[in-house]
Amino acid sequence: MNFPLPEFIAVSAANPWTYVLFGVIGFAFGFALEMSGFGDSRKLAAQFYFTELTVLKVMFTAIVTAMVLLFGAVGLGILDFSQVWVNPTYLWSGILGGLIMGVGFIVGGFCPTTSLASASTGKIDGMFFMLGGFVGAFLFGETEQYFTQWYNNAGYFGRLTLDQVFGIPMGWVVLLVVLMALFMFWGSEQLERIVGKKDMSKEPKLRIAGAGVLVALALGIVLIGQPSFEQKYSKVTFNREIDGQKVAVDADTALAKRLMQITPAEVFKTKYTQSINLVMLDVRPESDYNLYHVNGALNVPLDKLSRIIPDLLTEPPSNSVFVLMSNDETAATEAWKLLVASSVPNVYILEGGINNWIAFFGEGEDFQSASSTDDDQLKYIFPAALGNNYESCDPNPQEYEDLDFEAKIKLELKRDKSGGGCG
Amino acid sequence: MTTAPVTKKSIFNRPEKAYVHPYLGGIILGIVLFLAFFLTGNGLGSSGATSRIDALIVDSISPSHVDNNPYLLKMAGGDKNPLDDWILPVFIGALLGGFSSGLFNGRLKFMTTKGPNISNRTRWLMAFLGGTLFLYGARMARGCTSGQALSGGATLSAGSWVVMFAIFGGAYGLAYFVRKLWN
Repeated sequence: MNFPLPEFIAVSAANPWTYVLFGVIGFAFGFALEMSGFGDSRKLAAQFYFTELTVLKVMFTAIVTAMVLLFGAVGLGILDFSQVWVNPTYLWSGILGGLIMGVGFIVGGFCPTTSLASASTGKIDGMFFMLGGFVGAFLFGETEQYFTQWYNNAGYFGRLTLDQVFGIPMGWVVLLVVLMALFMFWGSEQLERIVGKKDMSKEPKLRIAGAGVLVALALGIVLIGQPSFEQKYSKVTFNREIDGQKVAVDADTALAKRLMQITPAEVFKTKYTQSINLVMLDVRPESDYNLYHVNGALNVPLDKLSRIIPDLLTEPPSNSVFVLMSNDETAATEAWKLLVASSVPNVYILEGGINNWIAFFGEGEDFQSASSTDDDQLKYIFPAALGNNYESCDPNPQEYEDLDFEAKIKLELKRDKSGGGCG
Repeated sequence: MTTAPVTKKSIFNRPEKAYVHPYLGGIILGIVLFLAFFLTGNGLGSSGATSRIDALIVDSISPSHVDNNPYLLKMAGGDKNPLDDWILPVFIGALLGGFSSGLFNGRLKFMTTKGPNISNRTRWLMAFLGGTLFLYGARMARGCTSGQALSGGATLSAGSWVVMFAIFGGAYGLAYFVRKLWN
């Protein structure tokens, strides 16, 4: 799983080639649109009077081609889908914005990118559309503040893909979308024949073979399936410096060498490090969490962790460090495996868990030791379920200003997803 | 004596070639889209660049206005350069790519594409209005036909499929009432 290329996920002045690559992609994009006829507004508008359905044909051919290649690459394990930008779902602003775009489309005769292809080839109406676009985007920026709550929250579902909506494997969604597209192509050709009076006998026969290839590829994707947890986990590597040498270690080795278990002292110090956004995830059952938890830790029991992975991939800024904690380390380690296999960056385990935290910071507290010596159980008895109200839940930063520990966190900067996509 | 009409063969006056077949154009576009995802993890887009260029203009005229506007703040607040985003090279590349395709295929020409029954001025006004509406909607939906319909469609984003159907819904819903513009 080496793609997408980590150094090309965003543009960076440190690597000018990123600008070149995105420029080349844009160039190919504009070229493909212009050669498909999208520089001519009449060709675009004809879509909505059923005389010529070029827009639908080009768009859906592009979507299914890209989709089949993409999920094929994911299924073969060469592309990491969790690193691919998936537009987050904002249902209501998407619907209203989409309807407004539709009105703009039929009135203006272009969509934003096709207006670029049009304006750049000298079409004056394309230039006016572009100009209007700058005004529209400006007006949105000026008015967004009046409905910002609705815009940012209404119908928000985060990273949601159709397989999750329908509860079927991704491969089947791919196949169904291909079949739907082929049906729409067939329907478009009928409309062009009847409404547009087009002679369909001149259409290339090759398109039937193309349809066959698409269905075959989609069936192939159903058969190979999407990578399992074990397959993804086995491909996880970390770049670390060991004895002065840079090496890539796999996940099990990193655990065994204890590169991922960080001391309570390091967690505590990280909390007060400006450049890092610390996210503590307490994966114990809620009852344990209510008895005692580190101040600021969020309770996500292990069995519910998989549900928040899409949010962990999209929501927090790219300088986030996730620290998992259970009573000892067992549940936290399970959680760690799940998150790293899902490509969540910067995930660590609290060394020795909550028990170790209390042993380290809880000197002043008079907790009795519990008789239980089972693994991953609390080793203390709490007089009351005070949650984070014990003194050691939130140690005083002045009292613990000087702490000696081996710093193990290596911030891996991955994409800042909140700023990705078209937005 | 009659002579065949002289066709000047400068690069700016090539014989106009026909557009490629829609399915072929779609396959090429799809491969470009796939490569964008495969190499960079990002799809295609352009409307984001429009608002970033806007943010730059606003920021250069009135930086304090940016600081009071949360939407612009995200792009141009403080010492942030609104143009430092992958979408800008894609935007500029798309302009150059469209120009090049027009150049190679003999389609570089100052003209207005419009329906037969309206004047150039009406067409320009409508294009301007349409562009204003489209980009307003695109910013609201967090992406246009490229960023949402194409890119989100291919990654099977639930929200993008909704946006796509809303775009077609809006256009088909109004098409009958503005038919004079195009027919």
